Amino acid sequence: MAEVILKAEGLVKHYPIKSGVIQRTTGHVRAVEGVSFELYEGETLGVVGESGCGKSTLGRLLMRLEEPTAGKVTFNGVDMYSQTGHDMRRLRRDIQIVFQDPYTSLNPRKTVGDIIGEPFDIHPEVCPKSERNKRVRELLDLVGLSPEHINRYPHQFSGGQRQRIGVARGIALNPKVLICDEPVSALDVSVQAQVVNLLERLQRELGLAYIFIAHDLSVVRHISDRIAVMYLGHIVEIGDDEQIYERATHPYTQALLSAVPVPDPQVEATREQIVLTGDVPSPANPPSGCPFHTRCWKATEKCSAEVPQLVAHPDGGAGHLSACHYAATLG
Amino acid sequence: MTDNFPGGPVKGPFDPSSSANLADASRTARAEDPTEVPPDSAAVPLVKPTMAVMAEVVPDVQDVAEARSLWMDAWITMRRRPLFWISVALIAVFVLMAAFPQLFSPLDAYNIKDACDLNRARLGPDADAIFGYDLQGCDVYARTIYGARSSILVGIFTTLLATAIGVLLGTMGGFIGRWIDTLMSRTADIFFAIPLLLGGIIILYSFPSSPDTPYLLQVFKVVFAMAVLGWPNIFRIMRSSVMQVKPAEYVMAARALGGNAPHVIMGHIIPNAIAPVIVVATIDLGAYIATEATLSFLGIGLQNPIISWGIDISAASALGYVRQAPHMLIFPSIFLSLTVLAFIMLGEVVRDALDPKLK
Repeated sequence: MAEVILKAEGLVKHYPIKSGVIQRTTGHVRAVEGVSFELYEGETLGVVGESGCGKSTLGRLLMRLEEPTAGKVTFNGVDMYSQTGHDMRRLRRDIQIVFQDPYTSLNPRKTVGDIIGEPFDIHPEVCPKSERNKRVRELLDLVGLSPEHINRYPHQFSGGQRQRIGVARGIALNPKVLICDEPVSALDVSVQAQVVNLLERLQRELGLAYIFIAHDLSVVRHISDRIAVMYLGHIVEIGDDEQIYERATHPYTQALLSAVPVPDPQVEATREQIVLTGDVPSPANPPSGCPFHTRCWKATEKCSAEVPQLVAHPDGGAGHLSACHYAATLG
Repeated sequence: MTDNFPGGPVKGPFDPSSSANLADASRTARAEDPTEVPPDSAAVPLVKPTMAVMAEVVPDVQDVAEARSLWMDAWITMRRRPLFWISVALIAVFVLMAAFPQLFSPLDAYNIKDACDLNRARLGPDADAIFGYDLQGCDVYARTIYGARSSILVGIFTTLLATAIGVLLGTMGGFIGRWIDTLMSRTADIFFAIPLLLGGIIILYSFPSSPDTPYLLQVFKVVFAMAVLGWPNIFRIMRSSVMQVKPAEYVMAARALGGNAPHVIMGHIIPNAIAPVIVVATIDLGAYIATEATLSFLGIGLQNPIISWGIDISAASALGYVRQAPHMLIFPSIFLSLTVLAFIMLGEVVRDALDPKLK
């Protein structure tokens, strides 16, 4: 197995809720609630979950765009949150991010050359000024855009092309980890495929490790080596793509997978679908015990009293962890 | 549970056709790009002919592909509007008048011996003096031309000062937030509550100018009085504009790249937040000129013997003169109105061009 490159341990992020005239803190939104995982060199870890489950906050914590309430992220054995100044800047070269919305992730006042060249302005040690233009052209070529477009502005490109510009900016500093925060959610399906294929090609050519945050299960399955399923700020199940998609042991994962329509109408009509009742509880007031017990058909008293740990279960294989007291594959 | 997923367990290209397209696209890109072999030497000739050809052959086609920034777009919108050209022409004339009044008037209005003759006091327009003579028998045309300088100087300096204070504090408040923002916003509220004219009267009444105070000092007293009261307007706009831009993903991307606060503010936040400030500052410039005239009219702004439209209007509107010698009042008033109008019109044209929601 490859080396662990990025490791999160017990990451917690609470946002204070303020109210009243004097802005007193009256509660907390528990966006991320104790997330731990390991990312290996050159692999893709998919993170799935519904809106508001803390996926994007997790991505921002891993980038240190937000400071965590508790927990630790180590990159190549270095504790990220204890780095300051120059060391932190150096570390940022190795972890980069691609954002969800290609329409707001590029500065409309800058040319493509300036956007992709910005990493070199901030880190002149990576690429001397004289080489900058050449390198930007190479990057444009690498992501499948014409190097002649270097003087254009973002609004002259389509969504898919803009996302490629975002990817080019993300890989400019030769990072080892690229966090993709729903990079294809805002794109048309045909364009999604182009961007996904681009990401796969870059992974092969540059040996990048991805954290691929998304809510589209088929895209995640396609690109990921391993997948983490999130619910209300917790990772409820983690495993390789076959373990998650074929032998899911957590009821939430099973329900999530069951919600995907089957292309065959006969199978679709006869199959038994797990339909969850109720809404996702508010992260400001999460349920006691297992966060999923309010909507789970297997829930017992134990579930509302005791928080299940993310551990291996008899039904799961090696490296297949599940946070459920009654983890088992379906029927 | 199995085979539920389009795309399925099969690894490999997600969609063969689009994958081919991707390969094609990058291949075409490479084929089109002669920079590949010696990239640096070829880069310059590659770009230049394209631009030159575009400028010569198709300057006005819709798809001006290269380099169309937001300001370029605004310029393309503005140049089609007659109002833009009218206001720009008026402003150009008044600025020229302020800088070189001798171009417009052969008589130096400050040279009392040449420009004034008490025997001609209040006489109407004639061949020598096309705007007539004022109370002291001075040439109204010469005085009106020379009066432009005060108005333009006060207007421009007040706008620059108020905008500088407003942009600086607004950026700090919007970017840093917390108690610094609260402190600044409440301070701005206090100044905002004082009407410009009333506050100007109070300040200038407390620090009056006498007729022998030097010209620039008198001008700057008026400038400071108005800028102190005018900056909250710019501050509020800049602050809310910065707060709107700050959470944008491109700002986050710059932070993720390791950009420090000055880099993010100068490179991303100010360029994207400044447009509404420019619009309001242009409109305010007109208002400052009008207020200066009002303060001078009331006798507490600029002082005689400085020539200013406000002073001349004040002198001409004394009881009885309006009917007896209306030319003394009308000409400086027209110039003042045109100047104020030109800046306000320009501000509105710029606003229309910069604000896509109004299109």
